[in-house]
Amino acid sequence: MSERDRPWIMRTYAGHSTARASNALYRTNLAKGQTGLSVAFDLPTQTGYDADHLLARGEVGKVGVPISHLGDMRTLMDRLPVEQMNTSMTINATAAWLLSLYVALAEEQSAAVAMLRGTTQNDIVKEYLSRGTYVFPPAPSLRLITDMIGFTVERVPKWNPINICSYHLQEAGATPVQELAYALVTAIGVLDAVKEAGKVPAERFPKVVGRISFFVNAGIRFVEEMCKMRAFVALWDRICRERYGVEDPKLRRFRYGMQVNSLGLTEQQPENNILRIVLEMLAVTLSKDSRARAIQLPAWNEALGLPRPWDQQWSLRAQQILAYETDLLEYGDLFAGSVEVQKKQRALEEEAWAEVERVLAEGGAVAAVESGSIKQRLVESNAARLRRIEAGQQVVVGVNKYLEGAPSPLVADLDEAILVVDPKVEAEQVASLARWRETRGDVHAALDALREAAAGDANVMPASIAAAKAGVTTGEWAGALREVFGEYRAPTGIAASAPLTPSVESAEGETARIRRARGGLTKKLGRRPRLLVGKPGLDGHSNGAEQIALKARDVGFDVVYEGIRLTPAQIASSALEEGVHLIGLSILSGSHAALVPEVLEALKDAGVEAPVVVGGIIPDADAGRLRDAGVARVYTPKDFELDRIMSDLAELVAEASA
Amino acid sequence: MSAAPETLAAGLLQRDRRAVAQALNLVEDARPAARGRIAALLRLVRDDVAEAGHVVGVTGPPGVGKSTLSAALARSLRRRGQRVGLVAVDPSSLASGGSLLGDRARMGDGEPDPGLFIRSLATGGHAGGLSHAAPAAIRVLLAAYDVVLVETTGVGQTETEVRDVVDTVALVVQPGSGDTLQFLKAGVMEIPDLLVVNKADHEALATRAVSDLRSALATAERIGLGGGLSILATSATTGRGFEDLAAALAAHRASLGDSLAARRRAGEVAWAAARFTARHGSHGVARLGGDDALRARIADALPGSAVPLVVDALSTLFLEDLSRAIAPKAETPS
Ligand code: B12
Ligand SMILES: Nc1nc2c(ncn2[C@@H]2O[C@H](COP(=O)(O)OP(=O)(O)OP(=O)(O)O)[C@@H](O)[C@H]2O)c(=O)[nH]1
Ligand SMILES: [Mg+2]
Repeated sequence: MSERDRPWIMRTYAGHSTARASNALYRTNLAKGQTGLSVAFDLPTQTGYDADHLLARGEVGKVGVPISHLGDMRTLMDRLPVEQMNTSMTINATAAWLLSLYVALAEEQSAAVAMLRGTTQNDIVKEYLSRGTYVFPPAPSLRLITDMIGFTVERVPKWNPINICSYHLQEAGATPVQELAYALVTAIGVLDAVKEAGKVPAERFPKVVGRISFFVNAGIRFVEEMCKMRAFVALWDRICRERYGVEDPKLRRFRYGMQVNSLGLTEQQPENNILRIVLEMLAVTLSKDSRARAIQLPAWNEALGLPRPWDQQWSLRAQQILAYETDLLEYGDLFAGSVEVQKKQRALEEEAWAEVERVLAEGGAVAAVESGSIKQRLVESNAARLRRIEAGQQVVVGVNKYLEGAPSPLVADLDEAILVVDPKVEAEQVASLARWRETRGDVHAALDALREAAAGDANVMPASIAAAKAGVTTGEWAGALREVFGEYRAPTGIAASAPLTPSVESAEGETARIRRARGGLTKKLGRRPRLLVGKPGLDGHSNGAEQIALKARDVGFDVVYEGIRLTPAQIASSALEEGVHLIGLSILSGSHAALVPEVLEALKDAGVEAPVVVGGIIPDADAGRLRDAGVARVYTPKDFELDRIMSDLAELVAEASA
Repeated sequence: MSAAPETLAAGLLQRDRRAVAQALNLVEDARPAARGRIAALLRLVRDDVAEAGHVVGVTGPPGVGKSTLSAALARSLRRRGQRVGLVAVDPSSLASGGSLLGDRARMGDGEPDPGLFIRSLATGGHAGGLSHAAPAAIRVLLAAYDVVLVETTGVGQTETEVRDVVDTVALVVQPGSGDTLQFLKAGVMEIPDLLVVNKADHEALATRAVSDLRSALATAERIGLGGGLSILATSATTGRGFEDLAAALAAHRASLGDSLAARRRAGEVAWAAARFTARHGSHGVARLGGDDALRARIADALPGSAVPLVVDALSTLFLEDLSRAIAPKAETPS
């Protein structure tokens, strides 16, 4: 038997409620044999708001841990030796700030900053394209990234300052070719920016290239996905050599962590998801030459709500069984020389390269973000995927095939089958933030210095670390930079999206039928029915809203969609100004209980009488409560037949106008 | 449910947002039954909007930044204390008739401002860069707001309808827009009152873009271009150039002086003529004595009336004329 390979780093993406609760969770996870930390932050922290900000309402501690200042960071890492941890932070627009807090903490503990290991996700391009927690416009965002790269290369050499993410692109609908191409153009965009900024001496540039790591996705077509990983390795090597002249092969290695596809995890027969997760994991483990360095897995109840510790443990066990029970790690690459694998890999490489060249010709990743061209392609791919599922062309067991089965004991009590964050944590965090502000010293000078650094050419990291030590809060840090850099709204990608050309008879028939019915509705209303699709709060999940908007257009609605992160007052104001007949809210982050009543109230204040429907991750019990509050319909992921939703919406408008 | 035209008109003049919204819903209503109420509303506000306010058309090729620029312009007008109504026209899908009014996406920032009202209109297949309801919607907004901005769809070469419905046409182009100039020179694209080079994100780019256009225009002066045409550089993303733009627009409005009312009347006539032509074609126009005669009739009828009523009256006239003409023939077997 040959010597076993070292297994990959096993992570569980976790964090919720408070720094204290999350710290406890991390310590139990490490005791279970998990080998790295993966911190999930709440949306206010990710978008640079303090817990007491208007937009933070309903979101504090919900999908991750709130970190408002150095005190929270201390609590989060309590009794976890920072020098020995490998800490991955899913943080982007405010990445420079969270790294500053981490470094400030290390300095406070007299740990060697140079020894810190970990990753700040920090890929802003995919935030505009998919993930939605961007704050500043592209240019200053890239500047923050280049500052962080410059800082870590000098001071924290083992830190991965940026993790180029293709994961979120697949979650927004990307095909394997698109995932490859857009991740690679993003990496090129970042490296070109570093080069242009001229803050890193030329001889150190190969080191910078070597620090670039990736975070990828693997879907259920796991053979193709494995070939995709091999293509990534080959294409990255080529870019490092040809574009950046990196000689050292070690610095050209495609280092990546991964999470398997979550978009395909279903609400129906959710127990099947664990099998999907395992198969998808094979895509990034089977081939040694392109094996992941770190893996984190979603849980079987992904489409129901947040996972409980047990749910995450089940997924961790899957990793451990693969790594320690099976013989996988005893072999060299299983596919080197495979004709089939090579053929597929080549095809992916060629197609992806053509797309890379197309984007570069458009001016690169940032230009293609600003023009909305990549976003539009993702929206179109996602629409095609949904259509295939709706038409039964792409089989999803338990969704469009093999629906009958014995009831699952796992979901006997659905409301118990997810983690519910105590709504009290928001008030707690707000109170502790107030105490922090009272007891800290004066922060004006630190904020002035930060603003000055941001407005000038200096690296913002030193001023940012000083601000962390002075007791500045997350909202203050981001507020200062918002003043200097401005705030951005990314293109929605839907305005110019191609119409859905139904590829099957049945779908064509249904769409056409709805369109005819809608024609009747137009006669009745005197103008085309108008739908406002609104995304209140900080939730950035836009897929559902985009697909509903597109489909509604294609059956003949006039659709107003303004993108993510709107306040209830903004939504109500748009509804009034646009004279809509129906309002559809989409909320997946779990803040519906707080936000929907606020929107209803705002609509009432504005004098808008149109009916309201809500879609997203809405547990059954909550759906009842929303209906009681006056919501006309509630939709969840199991309502995958868009045509059926459209018929419903048209009926609602007809009823309301009767 | 639907308020009386009198109530709406009173609400508009009081700048009540709900009345504005309802009035806009009404003018979009294509049911024959609504026409009387639309006409009544338009007649009620006719005198109030005859010479008031300023209607600015923002037009130009696809993607030059019309929406971003309109939003930035609206903000800078708001800073000057002016109340702004904005009509954004978006294309409709031909197959379904539906549309995505996505342009709003780049307009919102911050909490809603009661002094700014944005309504998107779908073209509904209507060619010309506008929507059938646009002229009436503009009048509704003019009754309640100081400045009405009209963003057309990304116009191609032949879509020049906007001139008929606005006081000032601002044509937006990008730096290095040789094609646009070609169209202007060839007379395919109508001559604007103001040429705005957007995406001039920094000083050097702005200066170069303006001087490029100037020198190109100099050679085109003989066709009436260049001389009086002001050229401005803006960056809708950084906010550069908006104070100048707002000032240039105000200056153009002032320069119209007494001719403003006449220009708006002419626009109203053109609107009615276009409606009639859309309904009955060139044959209908010929039947009423040709374009000039048609316009003269409209101009005579408009005071004290409103476009929908005038068009209806002319339609009736035409149809009666037509039935007289074909009635005897109907008896002859073909
Ligand atoms: C894809 C996805 C993402 C993508 C989003 C890409 C994008 N641009 O949309 C990415 C990877 C970026 C992402 C990120 C995050 N995600 Co996520 N994500 C998902 C996932 C896997 C699928 C959602 C989806 O897009 N489905 C496809 C669309 C078409 O379906 P849908 O939105 O449900 O819409 C359907 C219906 O709900 C309904 N509908 C929805 N809206 C509307 C509106 C109207 C008007 C109508 C009529 C109908 C309707 O009709 C649609 C058709 O079927 C879900 C889990 C799951 N499987 O559902 C988690 C999930 C929503 N994510 C979750 C979390 C926590 C996050 C993060 C906040 C994690 C973190 N801490 O950072 C981040 C941050 C995102 C942010 N900025 O807010 C949680 C939310 C937890 C909760 N509700 O309690 C979920 C449930 C996963 C989980 N179990 O933990 N995510
Ligand atoms: N760099 C730069 N980009 C701009 C500027 N103005 C607009 N843009 C960008 O140009 C793209 C198109 O802007 P829009 O405002 O949608 O252009 P539009 O003319 O309204 O487009 P259509 O309505 O589709 O014809 C967007 O990505 C804007 O962010 C500018 O002044 N500078
Ligand atoms: Mg536009």
